[in-house]
Amino acid sequence: MDTTLETKQSRVTTTVNSESIVVRFSGDSGDGMQLTGMQFTDTSALLGKDISTFPEYPAEIRAPAGTLAGVSGFQVHFGSKEIFTPGDFYDVIVCMNAAALKTDLERLKKHGVVIANVSGFDSKNMKLAGYPEGSTNPLEDGTLDGYKVYRVDVSKLTKEALKESGLGMKEIERSKNMFVLGLLFWMFDNSMEFTIKSLEEKFGKKPDILAANLKVLKAGWNYGDTTEVFTTRYKTTAAQLTPGVYRNISGNQALSIGILAAAEKAGLPIFLGSYPITPASDVLHDLSKFKSNGVKTFQAEDEIAAICSAIGAAYTGSLGVTSTSGPGVALKSEAMSLAMIFEIPLLICDIQRGGPSTGLPTKTEQADLMMAMYGRHGESPLPIIAANSPADCFDAVYEAVKISIEHMVPVIFLSDGYIANGAEPWRFPTEDQLAPINATFLTENNNPGGKLLPYKRDANGVRPWIKPGTKGLEHRIGGLEKQEDTGNVSYDSKNHERMVHLRAAKVEKIADFIPLIKPDSGPTKGKMCVLGWGSTYGAIKTALLELNQEGYKDIAHVHVRHMNPFPKNLGELLHSYEKVLVPEMNTGQLILLVRAKYLVPAVGLNKVQGQPFTTEEVKTKIVELYNS
Amino acid sequence: METTTLEPTAPVKLTAKDFTSDQEIKWCPGCGDYSILKQVQTVLPDFVVEKEKVVFVSGIGCSSRFPYYMNTYGIHSIHGRAPAIATGVKAANPELNVWVISGDGDLMSIGGNHLIHVLRRNPNIKLMMFNNEIYGLTKGQYSPTSQRGVVTKSTPFGSLDEPFNPAELALGAKSTFFARTLDRDPKHMQAIIHRANAHKGTSFVEVYQNCPVFNDGVFFVYTEKETKKEECLWLENGKPLVFGQTENKGIKLDGFKPVVVELGDGVSKDDLWVHDESDKIKASILAQFANYKGDEHKPRPFGVFYKEERSCIEDDMSAQIDYAFEKKGRVPLNKILSGDKTWTIV
Repeated sequence: MDTTLETKQSRVTTTVNSESIVVRFSGDSGDGMQLTGMQFTDTSALLGKDISTFPEYPAEIRAPAGTLAGVSGFQVHFGSKEIFTPGDFYDVIVCMNAAALKTDLERLKKHGVVIANVSGFDSKNMKLAGYPEGSTNPLEDGTLDGYKVYRVDVSKLTKEALKESGLGMKEIERSKNMFVLGLLFWMFDNSMEFTIKSLEEKFGKKPDILAANLKVLKAGWNYGDTTEVFTTRYKTTAAQLTPGVYRNISGNQALSIGILAAAEKAGLPIFLGSYPITPASDVLHDLSKFKSNGVKTFQAEDEIAAICSAIGAAYTGSLGVTSTSGPGVALKSEAMSLAMIFEIPLLICDIQRGGPSTGLPTKTEQADLMMAMYGRHGESPLPIIAANSPADCFDAVYEAVKISIEHMVPVIFLSDGYIANGAEPWRFPTEDQLAPINATFLTENNNPGGKLLPYKRDANGVRPWIKPGTKGLEHRIGGLEKQEDTGNVSYDSKNHERMVHLRAAKVEKIADFIPLIKPDSGPTKGKMCVLGWGSTYGAIKTALLELNQEGYKDIAHVHVRHMNPFPKNLGELLHSYEKVLVPEMNTGQLILLVRAKYLVPAVGLNKVQGQPFTTEEVKTKIVELYNS
Repeated sequence: METTTLEPTAPVKLTAKDFTSDQEIKWCPGCGDYSILKQVQTVLPDFVVEKEKVVFVSGIGCSSRFPYYMNTYGIHSIHGRAPAIATGVKAANPELNVWVISGDGDLMSIGGNHLIHVLRRNPNIKLMMFNNEIYGLTKGQYSPTSQRGVVTKSTPFGSLDEPFNPAELALGAKSTFFARTLDRDPKHMQAIIHRANAHKGTSFVEVYQNCPVFNDGVFFVYTEKETKKEECLWLENGKPLVFGQTENKGIKLDGFKPVVVELGDGVSKDDLWVHDESDKIKASILAQFANYKGDEHKPRPFGVFYKEERSCIEDDMSAQIDYAFEKKGRVPLNKILSGDKTWTIV
């Protein structure tokens, strides 16, 4: 950080130039912190900064106001350097009440900034936040010594700004997040222009609400600008991102867009069968908005009906999709095996969350890998693709759909709550940059002169897709074991064994169609590699960037996206390092696979706290193993 | 110079044979399923011109082997899920003629949830439930329609469960068409299949089907000569409810209570309850007939209990898509990719 002094209206403000800053907005579920955070993020992104965000919701929709359970947070990491995680520790926390401070203080950096809404620290709020009777106010009692604390009576100032607006108390109370936003915009030297535009779009039909929001937003800015309380402003310049056109995107949005794009490139209609479940419901919501593009969405009676309806649709020649989280995958498992033995395309999206059972529904975890690999009855291997960042959900699901259609096999797409809800800038592709997806249907008998052979395979072990409605190709498919080629029911023991191997070989063959793996960074052989999959990408990447600067230059980062089949050279690559560290947000699942498959003496770094790894945690373990 | 005009040739009418697949039928000798298969194959040519548009979907159980024997498109799926799969088939391609073949265990037990939801959504599919009040394929355990106290392999001291009454369940789930028929009355079954096909919506047909191995004769009172006239009540729309050995009895309504009366002696057919398929309250009373015991015993109704017109989910889904398209137009893929807010880094 470097610091300049500026004298304005006879007062001195310090401007701190910073490479990157982490701000955390926290308040009650009803305080509008998510909206505030997103507006702040959009503006930062539009100003060319790199960003990464992470919203954190309570599992309860409206937990009692003022309590720890009700704290809703939004974390944004922005800066002029490339950013891969929402940040481990906060530079600035905005606390709307005592519960928010209690939740966030632990991760506030030394000398960090606290912006506190003082009316959220009265005795009632203190009690709700679990401070014992008679406790002193943490804003006053020295708890925050060493931090830079700004005590702002947001509620009162908002009321003051709107006293002539004619709005009721409820509406006035609702606008207080705009005051915070305005103040933050001043503090971070950000323009209000984008937010003003977005408010105009949102409240265009409610002029009184619009006027109130704008007034409070500007009041917040002016409060920073004119009161002499605030003496420091922070400045981050635009990041050196690859030139191009960007948008901000969350993992679940990228997933929905990826499905839309893949279906369009394949020339297939979409049918989504889904049942609401956190954190996957966004996909159902997002795709439901695209009815004008012919997308059929079906909110089924349960997880099983959701996948079964998608299987029915896939059978007729649609792109069948089902979206869910771990508990839902467990319920769908029998139907997944059915689709597997049918050998039809189907996309199964598992947005993982903390488990088992209801577990930590709004928190993140990577503990469904083994279920995706082996969590079905019988021998039923399926291809699995894991996304590694919010924007990467697009590429990962696009590839999942391509494999599913071109290899006539259900594919599991893995994401998790961290990247599903997190967001980052995305240099989106245009239509013509997307790989073609080849969806073909059999239109005439593939066995001229004889009977149709619905399970006759091509060189890649792939059977034809046959739509009902095609004249002369009437045939039956079923869950009973099939005779090779004819698909007729067969109880022949040798045939069963052969079919088990043929179906597995078809999945294994996909390895011929996926790229060989190479390190994301670092050498292709040597002392050590960090092997990751899925959403740990950002933490590993950042850890290695920092270690590189600290002199550890010979550590590689290998990140797997094709979990099944693995890239053909994965074993060889892993064996080219002396040490392999596998960080995972589970108790060790990928590590089990690579140890079993390649006999690699890998070491695990495991965390199951419902929270992503911090860069620091990964760095510490890397250094420990490196020096051991 | 002479000119010839080519007349479009009318499609040749299909026959039962066209609907017969080359697969060997593996039901037990004497199974009621044979008759049902035969009636379906016999009747389909009356209304199916393009058999490539027909899809039979089944779950698990003896009845669910049905699609393998039909020379149409077909899916033999997993236990209980046929209605969900069929909903997906129909919603994705409304042009297909979709049939669900299932049993009492498949549809009312493991698939109970899907049954009630398919009925309320009302896709235009034909749903035949072969009810034999027993699990056949798993070799003789009681089913959700088995009578209380029935001794089976899993209930050596008698079953404790109150059975489902399919008609009551269907009406409660907002079924738009419920009918009952029997395996041993081919003519009636054929007529009911015709009616089911003609209804636009989910047609739920319960077929009493004899399992000669595990529950032989459970419906014989309705199928055998000695008893059937006393025990069956044949429903016909607009006709009075008459039954009995010499059509000597009828049903009268005393408020909401059905009463069996002897005809003659001052009671004529004009005094009887006239069947009205569109009356849900009366259909509900008919559904109750199976519950009456002892002195209250009633004949078992067969035929169409209830029928109403209601929109089908696949049509509503398509209409909503058309509406959205008219209103918004197709969003070009490049627009989907870029979203509304972008910025450029140079």
